[in-house]
Amino acid sequence: MFHIQNLKYKDVLRIKELDIPEGGLTCIIGESGSGKTTLLKMLNHLISPDSGDIEVMGRSVFKWNPVQLRRKIAMLSQSPVMFQGTVRDNLLIGLHFAEKPAAPEDKLAEMLKWLNLHISLDADSESLSGGEKQRVALARVLLTDPAVLLLDEPSSALDEETARAILGKLKDYGDSQKKTIIMVTHSSDLVRNFSENTIKIERGQFAEEAEKDAQQ
Amino acid sequence: MHSNDLTLWQLASAYVFILILLFIVKVKGIHREKEILISSIRMTIQLIIVGYILAYVFANAHPLFTILILIFMLSFAIYNIYQRAKLPLSPALKKKIALSMAVGVTATLVYFVLVTLSVSPWYNPRYVIPIAGMIIGNTMTGVSLGVNTLLEGMQSKRSLVETALMLGAAPGEASRPIINQAFDSAMLPTINSMVGMGIVFLPGMMTGQIIGGASPLMAIRYQIAVMLGIVGGASLTVLLFVQIGYKAFFNDRYQLKQISTDKNKA
Repeated sequence: MFHIQNLKYKDVLRIKELDIPEGGLTCIIGESGSGKTTLLKMLNHLISPDSGDIEVMGRSVFKWNPVQLRRKIAMLSQSPVMFQGTVRDNLLIGLHFAEKPAAPEDKLAEMLKWLNLHISLDADSESLSGGEKQRVALARVLLTDPAVLLLDEPSSALDEETARAILGKLKDYGDSQKKTIIMVTHSSDLVRNFSENTIKIERGQFAEEAEKDAQQ
Repeated sequence: MHSNDLTLWQLASAYVFILILLFIVKVKGIHREKEILISSIRMTIQLIIVGYILAYVFANAHPLFTILILIFMLSFAIYNIYQRAKLPLSPALKKKIALSMAVGVTATLVYFVLVTLSVSPWYNPRYVIPIAGMIIGNTMTGVSLGVNTLLEGMQSKRSLVETALMLGAAPGEASRPIINQAFDSAMLPTINSMVGMGIVFLPGMMTGQIIGGASPLMAIRYQIAVMLGIVGGASLTVLLFVQIGYKAFFNDRYQLKQISTDKNKA
């Protein structure tokens, strides 16, 4: 799905070669400030590498129309951002941004239920708790139905039990719908239980490469 | 001499107001004497110079003079917008401000002078220069407010714009709320000034015409026309500006550029 080659970005990231396979759930782990979020933003093309390239579905990231690319490879940021308005407004705005038809009420309600959210579609988005906002933001991305989901610590505001339940559902959804899910996480519990492919980033480098470099 | 002409002695008597002001700030210990003095002297000298320039230009009407003065006024207005920006302006944004001012003001002025006022000859400085001054001045205020709202919005709502981009929004769609807010804040003063007109205050141009001997009924005709021209000029320019201005915050890969917050480094 993604093939990274000789990628360099400021002093933040330096990756010689890295492949992220299509399908399944890939976890990106590493200490805070190691460059995980930067890598995710690069896959979403919110940031361009200073040098090197990322091939996305066999095509250089620079050859993609950025907007079309982001509709296929949508990202959820670490701190959930709510737009002014109700939960419904927040769910529909994602579809509006992606230029997809609005989803019917029952589909929106179903999505909330699926994410263990017991809130009204009419609730003011600002009145939600951190965990609720995080799941509304997740629902917003899921509704746009991208081929790849880039999730930056999607469960940081959730308790362990809810996090595990949501991740289990996400993984099943990914498997059944043939979606690729790439997730940055700090939770070793989630990695152990759900990750099919784990990438460790260490001070801006793919850990395996960093190790090789250290040996040489 | 005309009965309503102001003699130099009469004019000098008006400086009493400045003397009183100077006396008050001195007694109250508000250290603003220097500023009051300098701004009064500047105002006097600037207006004397303008008076002589206009007298010369009116007496020797020529299209080149009129156009040069218009270019000077427009450039000064653009420079003023740059100066009033609360955050640093990128070169790309400066270009867009200048472009929208030039296009918006010129289009409005051409229509207003040729169609509404049917000025003949078209470059008649007696009409074109004061009218342009009013349109440019009000447009400058509007665009200046629009620029500041856009800058502040792009900075404070950066995460909202970025979230929209992440979901596949085009830059224009991602910035829509900020663009609308910038248009709103830019147009509000002009719209409000229409509401208060004639009740809260008599506009300067109308006052001038009435003092100069024109009938109030003719003065209001001009005032209404000028007010509409101002609304037209300001809204057209601000609309142009917000439609192209937001683009200065994105690169060609539709990524948000970093915004510098240090005005000195701009």
